[in-house]
Amino acid sequence: MDLQLADFWMLGIFILAGAAGLLVVTSKNVVHSALYLVVTLLGVAGVFLLLGAEFLAWTQVLVYAGAVIVLILFGLMLTRAPIGPIREDTENSRLAFGVAAALFGFLMVVIIAGFGDTRLDLVPTLTVDLAAVLYVEWAFPLLALGFLLTVALVGAVIIARADVGEGPDPTDDDYIDRTEVPAAREGDSTAEPGAWSPDGAGAPVGISGKAEA
Amino acid sequence: MLAVFPLAFSALLFCLGVYGVLARRNAVLVLMSVEMMLSAVTVNLVAFGAFGAANGDVLLTGQVFALLVLAVGAAEVGIGLAIILLLYRNRASVNIDDADLMRY
Repeated sequence: MDLQLADFWMLGIFILAGAAGLLVVTSKNVVHSALYLVVTLLGVAGVFLLLGAEFLAWTQVLVYAGAVIVLILFGLMLTRAPIGPIREDTENSRLAFGVAAALFGFLMVVIIAGFGDTRLDLVPTLTVDLAAVLYVEWAFPLLALGFLLTVALVGAVIIARADVGEGPDPTDDDYIDRTEVPAAREGDSTAEPGAWSPDGAGAPVGISGKAEA
Repeated sequence: MLAVFPLAFSALLFCLGVYGVLARRNAVLVLMSVEMMLSAVTVNLVAFGAFGAANGDVLLTGQVFALLVLAVGAAEVGIGLAIILLLYRNRASVNIDDADLMRY
């Protein structure tokens, strides 16, 4: 098992993107998860580059690390995700960890038994070569994909239109009224953050909006 | 390059995605985990595509399939976020445990 230069790059990406992927699913803050997902997807793009798929690598950077992450961040913003360290786990997260770990162990056994000593000849695929087969031999799947994308985007616009659905049901027992202002607590500042007052009283010191005792 | 490394990377990403889907309750985070699983599948396709290209596959099947999966994944994020927005508008929550309108 003699390692080449590409193997060391691959190991580096493995550790970096694997750690970022672990942080995606364990991070308490959902926005941090989205930002760690950028690192993971860039790592995937790096693997594509190492495997010689240069067009796919840059497509991954543009489409996933760019557009999809922006979409997800917009989704977090529009659903007013808790921007604090609030972790919402299901009650069976231990079971989920067990399932994931068992699946990983099984996959690793299969991979090492099946491809333990297989070597990949890394030949860069030029974009012009990919285009030459993509638009000739794969022309029909490409057209079908274009149709699917059109239908999916029109469907997304129709689903997310503002006049669909009747809104939250106030009689529901888990209804959360987002319009009501929470009651003022002891020590809450009355001034806007950053407001100046002559005696310094009432002005919040930190960005938490709480006056320090 | 040893074929084990990209395949192990793919397996790791897939299992992390499985954990995220099963353990977390924020719907957007579940969508992110699904994206990670899709990326893992794409890595697998490209790795076996490199294997096939070295053994006389002139059609670049692995890379073309990976490209198709990439585009389907992008479409899926669009639809998924639209559904999550609709869920938020109707239930004022993105906790997937609240999405029980079609239960029973």
